[in-house]
Amino acid sequence: MDIDFNAAYPIYEQVIDEIKKEIVRGELSAGDKLPSQRKLARKIDVNPNTVQRAYREMEQRGLVETKRGKGTFIKDDDQVMVEIKKEMAATAVSNFIDEMISLGFEKENILSKVETNLKRRDDNE
Amino acid sequence: MNENIIEVSNLKKKFPGVQALKGVNLNIPEGMITGIVGPNGSGKSTMLKIISGLIVKDEGQVNINRKNKQRHLMQDIAFLPEINHLYRWMTISEMIRFHEDQFLDFSPEKANELLDFMNLKLEQKINNLSKGMVARLKLILVLSRSAEILILDEPLAGIDPASRERILESLIGEFDSANQSIILATHEIIEAERFLDHVIFMEAGEILLEGNADDLRAEKGKSIRELIGEVFE
Repeated sequence: MDIDFNAAYPIYEQVIDEIKKEIVRGELSAGDKLPSQRKLARKIDVNPNTVQRAYREMEQRGLVETKRGKGTFIKDDDQVMVEIKKEMAATAVSNFIDEMISLGFEKENILSKVETNLKRRDDNE
Repeated sequence: MNENIIEVSNLKKKFPGVQALKGVNLNIPEGMITGIVGPNGSGKSTMLKIISGLIVKDEGQVNINRKNKQRHLMQDIAFLPEINHLYRWMTISEMIRFHEDQFLDFSPEKANELLDFMNLKLEQKINNLSKGMVARLKLILVLSRSAEILILDEPLAGIDPASRERILESLIGEFDSANQSIILATHEIIEAERFLDHVIFMEAGEILLEGNADDLRAEKGKSIRELIGEVFE
Protein backbone atom coordinates (compact mmCIF):
# COMPACT_ATOMS: atom_id res chain seq x y z
CA MET A 1 0.00 0.00 0.00
CA ASP A 2 1.51 3.28 -1.06
CA ILE A 3 -0.61 6.36 -0.59
CA ASP A 4 -0.18 9.71 -2.26
CA PHE A 5 -1.71 11.81 0.47
CA ASN A 6 -3.86 14.81 -0.27
CA ALA A 7 -3.12 17.20 2.58
CA ALA A 8 -6.48 18.95 2.29
CA TYR A 9 -8.50 15.88 3.27
CA PRO A 10 -8.37 14.00 6.62
CA ILE A 11 -5.47 11.57 6.46
CA TYR A 12 -7.27 8.85 8.42
CA GLU A 13 -10.05 8.94 5.78
CA GLN A 14 -7.42 8.43 3.08
CA VAL A 15 -6.12 5.39 4.94
CA ILE A 16 -9.69 4.01 5.08
CA ASP A 17 -10.19 4.71 1.35
CA GLU A 18 -7.00 2.84 0.54
CA ILE A 19 -8.09 -0.21 2.55
CA LYS A 20 -11.50 -0.12 0.81
CA LYS A 21 -9.77 -0.04 -2.57
CA GLU A 22 -7.71 -3.07 -1.62
CA ILE A 23 -10.92 -4.86 -0.67
CA VAL A 24 -12.63 -3.98 -3.96
CA ARG A 25 -9.56 -5.02 -5.96
CA GLY A 26 -9.57 -8.34 -4.11
CA GLU A 27 -6.17 -7.81 -2.46
CA LEU A 28 -7.94 -8.05 0.86
CA SER A 29 -10.98 -10.27 1.36
CA ALA A 30 -13.63 -10.86 3.98
CA GLY A 31 -12.11 -12.38 7.12
CA ASP A 32 -8.55 -11.25 6.31
CA LYS A 33 -6.42 -9.84 9.06
CA LEU A 34 -5.25 -6.24 8.69
CA PRO A 35 -1.64 -5.40 9.50
CA SER A 36 -1.03 -4.19 13.05
CA GLN A 37 -1.51 -0.46 13.46
CA ARG A 38 2.17 0.08 14.15
CA LYS A 39 3.23 -1.92 11.11
CA LEU A 40 0.86 -0.14 8.76
CA ALA A 41 1.92 3.26 10.13
CA ARG A 42 5.55 2.47 9.36
CA LYS A 43 4.71 1.10 5.93
CA ILE A 44 2.75 4.08 4.72
CA ASP A 45 4.79 6.55 6.75
CA VAL A 46 2.09 8.16 8.84
CA ASN A 47 1.61 8.85 12.51
CA PRO A 48 0.48 5.67 14.36
CA ASN A 49 -2.35 7.72 15.90
CA THR A 50 -3.74 8.31 12.38
CA VAL A 51 -3.88 4.56 11.70
CA GLN A 52 -5.45 4.02 15.10
CA ARG A 53 -8.17 6.52 14.23
CA ALA A 54 -8.73 4.90 10.81
CA TYR A 55 -9.16 1.46 12.44
CA ARG A 56 -11.48 2.86 15.10
CA GLU A 57 -13.64 4.58 12.45
CA MET A 58 -13.77 1.44 10.30
CA GLU A 59 -14.93 -0.52 13.30
CA GLN A 60 -17.68 2.02 14.02
CA ARG A 61 -18.77 1.90 10.37
CA GLY A 62 -18.98 -1.88 10.56
CA LEU A 63 -16.19 -2.52 8.06
CA VAL A 64 -13.83 -4.37 10.36
CA GLU A 65 -13.95 -6.06 13.71
CA THR A 66 -11.31 -6.26 16.39
CA LYS A 67 -10.82 -9.55 18.17
CA ARG A 68 -9.15 -9.11 21.50
CA GLY A 69 -5.52 -10.14 21.41
CA LYS A 70 -5.81 -11.34 17.81
CA GLY A 71 -5.99 -8.16 15.78
CA THR A 72 -8.31 -6.42 13.37
CA PHE A 73 -10.14 -8.33 10.63
CA ILE A 74 -12.19 -7.38 7.58
CA LYS A 75 -15.76 -8.27 8.50
CA ASP A 76 -16.82 -11.60 7.09
CA ASP A 77 -20.07 -10.24 5.74
CA ASP A 78 -21.16 -10.08 2.07
CA GLN A 79 -23.33 -7.06 2.79
CA VAL A 80 -20.21 -5.09 3.77
CA MET A 81 -18.61 -5.82 0.39
CA VAL A 82 -21.75 -4.78 -1.45
CA GLU A 83 -21.85 -1.53 0.52
CA ILE A 84 -18.21 -0.72 -0.17
CA LYS A 85 -18.64 -1.33 -3.90
CA LYS A 86 -21.76 0.80 -3.99
CA GLU A 87 -20.05 3.61 -2.15
CA MET A 88 -16.95 3.53 -4.35
CA ALA A 89 -19.06 3.37 -7.50
CA ALA A 90 -20.98 6.44 -6.34
CA THR A 91 -17.73 8.31 -5.76
CA ALA A 92 -16.32 7.29 -9.15
CA VAL A 93 -19.49 8.43 -10.96
CA SER A 94 -19.59 11.68 -9.05
CA ASN A 95 -15.91 12.42 -9.81
CA PHE A 96 -16.51 11.67 -13.47
CA ILE A 97 -19.51 13.97 -13.67
CA ASP A 98 -17.63 16.77 -11.85
CA GLU A 99 -14.85 16.51 -14.39
CA MET A 100 -17.20 16.52 -17.37
CA ILE A 101 -19.01 19.58 -16.01
CA SER A 102 -15.68 21.35 -15.52
CA LEU A 103 -14.94 20.57 -19.19
CA GLY A 104 -18.16 22.38 -20.08
CA PHE A 105 -20.47 19.46 -20.92
CA GLU A 106 -24.22 19.61 -20.27
CA LYS A 107 -26.20 16.81 -18.61
CA GLU A 108 -27.61 15.38 -21.86
CA ASN A 109 -24.20 15.49 -23.49
CA ILE A 110 -22.55 13.61 -20.63
CA LEU A 111 -25.16 10.89 -20.80
CA SER A 112 -24.84 10.48 -24.57
CA LYS A 113 -21.02 10.33 -24.27
CA VAL A 114 -21.40 7.52 -21.76
CA GLU A 115 -23.86 5.68 -23.98
CA THR A 116 -21.62 6.02 -27.04
CA ASN A 117 -18.65 4.71 -25.10
CA LEU A 118 -20.60 1.74 -23.73
CA LYS A 119 -21.91 0.91 -27.20
CA ARG A 120 -18.41 1.01 -28.71
CA ARG A 121 -17.22 -1.40 -26.02
CA ASP A 122 -20.10 -3.77 -26.82
CA ASP A 123 -19.28 -3.64 -30.53
CA ASN A 124 -15.63 -4.44 -29.86
CA GLU A 125 -16.45 -7.55 -27.88
CA MET B 1 -10.45 10.13 24.71
CA ASN B 2 -7.06 11.47 25.52
CA GLU B 3 -6.27 13.48 28.58
CA ASN B 4 -4.06 16.50 28.40
CA ILE B 5 -0.42 16.02 29.24
CA ILE B 6 0.10 19.78 29.59
CA GLU B 7 -2.39 22.49 30.51
CA VAL B 8 -1.36 26.12 30.21
CA SER B 9 -3.54 28.94 31.48
CA ASN B 10 -3.13 32.69 31.31
CA LEU B 11 0.60 32.39 30.71
CA LYS B 12 2.38 35.74 30.52
CA LYS B 13 6.00 36.65 29.93
CA LYS B 14 7.55 40.02 29.23
CA PHE B 15 11.03 40.71 27.93
CA PRO B 16 12.44 44.24 27.88
CA GLY B 17 10.31 46.09 25.35
CA VAL B 18 8.13 43.16 24.29
CA GLN B 19 5.24 41.20 25.78
CA ALA B 20 6.25 37.76 24.46
CA LEU B 21 3.21 35.91 25.87
CA LYS B 22 -0.06 37.76 26.44
CA GLY B 23 -2.02 35.34 28.60
CA VAL B 24 -1.86 32.08 26.65
CA ASN B 25 -4.37 29.29 27.29
CA LEU B 26 -3.85 25.91 25.68
CA ASN B 27 -3.91 22.16 26.18
CA ILE B 28 -1.44 19.66 24.80
CA PRO B 29 -3.15 16.27 24.32
CA GLU B 30 -1.42 13.20 25.70
CA GLY B 31 0.05 10.60 23.35
CA MET B 32 -0.06 12.90 20.35
CA ILE B 33 2.25 14.91 18.14
CA THR B 34 1.32 18.57 18.55
CA GLY B 35 2.66 21.09 16.06
CA ILE B 36 3.09 24.71 17.06
CA VAL B 37 3.24 26.98 14.04
CA GLY B 38 3.68 30.71 13.78
CA PRO B 39 6.05 33.37 12.47
CA ASN B 40 9.27 34.41 14.18
CA GLY B 41 8.59 36.30 17.38
CA SER B 42 5.19 34.65 17.91
CA GLY B 43 6.22 33.41 21.37
CA LYS B 44 6.59 29.71 20.48
CA SER B 45 10.09 29.34 21.85
CA THR B 46 9.35 31.37 24.96
CA MET B 47 6.38 29.18 25.77
CA LEU B 48 8.30 25.95 25.16
CA LYS B 49 11.16 27.14 27.34
CA ILE B 50 8.77 27.98 30.18
CA ILE B 51 7.12 24.56 29.90
CA SER B 52 10.56 22.94 29.97
CA GLY B 53 11.54 24.91 33.05
CA LEU B 54 14.39 26.73 31.30
CA ILE B 55 13.04 30.23 31.93
CA VAL B 56 10.55 31.51 34.49
CA LYS B 57 7.09 32.86 33.74
CA ASP B 58 5.73 36.22 34.93
CA GLU B 59 2.15 35.02 35.49
CA GLY B 60 -0.12 32.08 34.86
CA GLN B 61 -0.15 28.31 35.30
CA VAL B 62 1.59 25.38 33.64
CA ASN B 63 0.31 21.98 34.77
CA ILE B 64 2.16 18.92 33.62
CA ASN B 65 0.20 15.71 34.20
CA ARG B 66 2.99 13.20 34.42
CA LYS B 67 2.37 9.58 35.19
CA ASN B 68 5.42 9.24 37.38
CA LYS B 69 5.61 12.16 39.76
CA GLN B 70 8.49 10.60 41.69
CA ARG B 71 11.00 11.60 39.08
CA HIS B 72 12.36 15.08 38.73
CA LEU B 73 10.50 17.10 36.11
CA MET B 74 13.65 17.55 34.02
CA GLN B 75 13.84 13.78 33.64
CA ASP B 76 10.42 13.73 32.05
CA ILE B 77 10.96 16.45 29.49
CA ALA B 78 13.52 16.07 26.74
CA PHE B 79 14.10 19.47 25.16
CA LEU B 80 15.71 20.06 21.80
CA PRO B 81 16.69 23.74 21.55
CA GLU B 82 16.76 25.64 18.28
CA ILE B 83 20.39 26.69 18.79
CA ASN B 84 23.38 24.37 18.52
CA HIS B 85 23.98 23.62 22.19
CA LEU B 86 26.50 20.83 21.65
CA TYR B 87 30.11 21.12 22.80
CA ARG B 88 32.07 21.68 19.64
CA TRP B 89 35.33 20.16 20.88
CA MET B 90 33.77 16.79 21.64
CA THR B 91 33.40 13.82 19.33
CA ILE B 92 29.97 12.26 18.88
CA SER B 93 31.06 9.41 21.10
CA GLU B 94 32.06 11.82 23.89
CA MET B 95 28.80 13.72 23.49
CA ILE B 96 26.86 10.49 23.92
CA ARG B 97 28.82 9.58 27.06
CA PHE B 98 28.17 13.09 28.37
CA HIS B 99 24.42 12.67 27.88
CA GLU B 100 24.53 9.26 29.50
CA ASP B 101 25.99 10.92 32.63
CA GLN B 102 23.46 13.76 32.50
CA PHE B 103 20.25 11.81 32.04
CA LEU B 104 19.29 8.62 33.87
CA ASP B 105 16.93 7.64 31.06
CA PHE B 106 19.52 7.96 28.26
CA SER B 107 20.13 4.74 26.33
CA PRO B 108 23.52 4.54 24.55
CA GLU B 109 22.31 1.44 22.67
CA LYS B 110 19.44 3.44 21.26
CA ALA B 111 21.82 6.25 20.34
CA ASN B 112 24.10 3.85 18.45
CA GLU B 113 21.18 2.39 16.57
CA LEU B 114 19.97 5.84 15.54
CA LEU B 115 23.48 7.00 14.56
CA ASP B 116 23.55 4.25 11.99
CA PHE B 117 20.18 5.22 10.60
CA MET B 118 21.19 8.88 10.47
CA ASN B 119 24.52 8.17 8.75
CA LEU B 120 26.70 9.51 11.54
CA LYS B 121 29.81 7.96 13.08
CA LEU B 122 30.98 7.86 16.69
CA GLU B 123 34.47 9.20 15.94
CA GLN B 124 33.25 12.32 14.09
CA LYS B 125 34.11 15.63 15.73
CA ILE B 126 31.16 17.91 16.39
CA ASN B 127 33.15 20.89 15.14
CA ASN B 128 33.37 19.27 11.69
CA LEU B 129 29.70 18.44 11.30
CA SER B 130 27.49 20.21 8.76
CA LYS B 131 24.30 21.97 9.87
CA GLY B 132 22.19 19.01 8.78
CA MET B 133 24.42 16.56 10.66
CA VAL B 134 24.18 18.66 13.84
CA ALA B 135 20.39 18.71 13.49
CA ARG B 136 20.36 14.93 13.12
CA LEU B 137 22.64 14.47 16.15
CA LYS B 138 20.50 16.79 18.30
CA LEU B 139 17.46 14.67 17.53
CA ILE B 140 19.32 11.43 18.26
CA LEU B 141 20.30 12.72 21.70
CA VAL B 142 16.67 13.53 22.50
CA LEU B 143 15.21 10.32 21.04
CA SER B 144 17.67 8.19 22.99
CA ARG B 145 15.94 9.18 26.19
CA SER B 146 12.68 7.68 27.40
CA ALA B 147 11.20 10.98 28.57
CA GLU B 148 7.41 11.25 28.65
CA ILE B 149 7.45 14.59 26.86
CA LEU B 150 9.63 15.55 23.91
CA ILE B 151 9.78 19.25 23.13
CA LEU B 152 11.45 20.03 19.82
CA ASP B 153 12.05 23.67 18.95
CA GLU B 154 12.52 24.02 15.19
CA PRO B 155 14.30 20.68 14.66
CA LEU B 156 14.01 21.11 10.87
CA ALA B 157 14.99 24.76 10.48
CA GLY B 158 17.55 25.65 7.86
CA ILE B 159 18.73 22.16 7.02
CA ASP B 160 18.81 20.20 3.78
CA PRO B 161 15.68 18.32 2.63
CA ALA B 162 17.37 14.91 2.96
CA SER B 163 18.16 15.56 6.63
CA ARG B 164 14.66 16.87 7.23
CA GLU B 165 13.25 13.68 5.77
CA ARG B 166 15.52 11.48 7.91
CA ILE B 167 14.67 13.41 11.05
CA LEU B 168 10.93 13.10 10.53
CA GLU B 169 11.25 9.45 9.58
CA SER B 170 13.09 8.54 12.77
CA LEU B 171 10.86 10.77 14.88
CA ILE B 172 7.74 9.03 13.64
CA GLY B 173 9.38 5.60 13.67
CA GLU B 174 10.40 5.95 17.32
CA PHE B 175 7.23 7.66 18.48
CA ASP B 176 5.61 5.64 21.23
CA SER B 177 2.12 7.11 21.51
CA ALA B 178 1.26 4.95 24.54
CA ASN B 179 3.97 6.54 26.68
CA GLN B 180 5.01 9.70 24.95
CA SER B 181 3.80 13.10 23.81
CA ILE B 182 5.67 15.28 21.34
CA ILE B 183 5.53 19.03 20.87
CA LEU B 184 7.08 20.28 17.68
CA ALA B 185 7.54 23.96 16.88
CA THR B 186 8.18 24.24 13.18
CA HIS B 187 8.26 26.47 10.12
CA GLU B 188 8.79 23.53 7.78
CA ILE B 189 5.17 22.50 7.60
CA ILE B 190 5.32 20.84 4.18
CA GLU B 191 7.20 17.79 5.41
CA ALA B 192 5.70 17.75 8.90
CA GLU B 193 2.06 18.21 7.85
CA ARG B 194 1.11 14.53 7.59
CA PHE B 195 2.57 13.61 10.97
CA LEU B 196 0.82 16.15 13.16
CA ASP B 197 -2.16 15.07 15.28
CA HIS B 198 -2.88 18.45 16.77
CA VAL B 199 -2.00 21.94 15.56
CA ILE B 200 -1.68 25.22 17.42
CA PHE B 201 -1.40 28.50 15.47
CA MET B 202 0.41 31.22 17.41
CA GLU B 203 1.12 34.86 16.64
CA ALA B 204 2.34 37.83 18.69
CA GLY B 205 2.08 35.98 22.00
CA GLU B 206 -1.44 34.68 21.41
CA ILE B 207 -3.17 31.53 20.16
CA LEU B 208 -5.12 32.18 16.94
CA LEU B 209 -6.49 28.70 16.28
CA GLU B 210 -6.01 25.18 17.60
CA GLY B 211 -7.44 21.77 16.91
CA ASN B 212 -7.04 18.21 15.72
CA ALA B 213 -5.30 18.31 12.32
CA ASP B 214 -7.70 15.90 10.58
CA ASP B 215 -10.74 17.63 12.09
CA LEU B 216 -9.44 20.99 10.82
CA ARG B 217 -8.93 19.48 7.35
CA ALA B 218 -12.45 18.03 7.34
CA GLU B 219 -14.01 21.24 8.63
CA LYS B 220 -12.15 23.69 6.38
CA GLY B 221 -11.45 21.48 3.35
CA LYS B 222 -7.88 22.77 3.39
CA SER B 223 -4.44 21.47 4.27
CA ILE B 224 -2.71 22.76 7.38
CA ARG B 225 -0.27 24.54 5.10
CA GLU B 226 -3.10 26.35 3.34
CA LEU B 227 -4.64 27.22 6.71
CA ILE B 228 -1.35 28.76 7.81
CA GLY B 229 -1.42 31.01 4.77
CA GLU B 230 -4.94 32.05 5.69
CA VAL B 231 -4.54 32.45 9.46
CA PHE B 232 -1.32 34.48 9.27
CA GLU B 233 -2.42 36.74 6.44
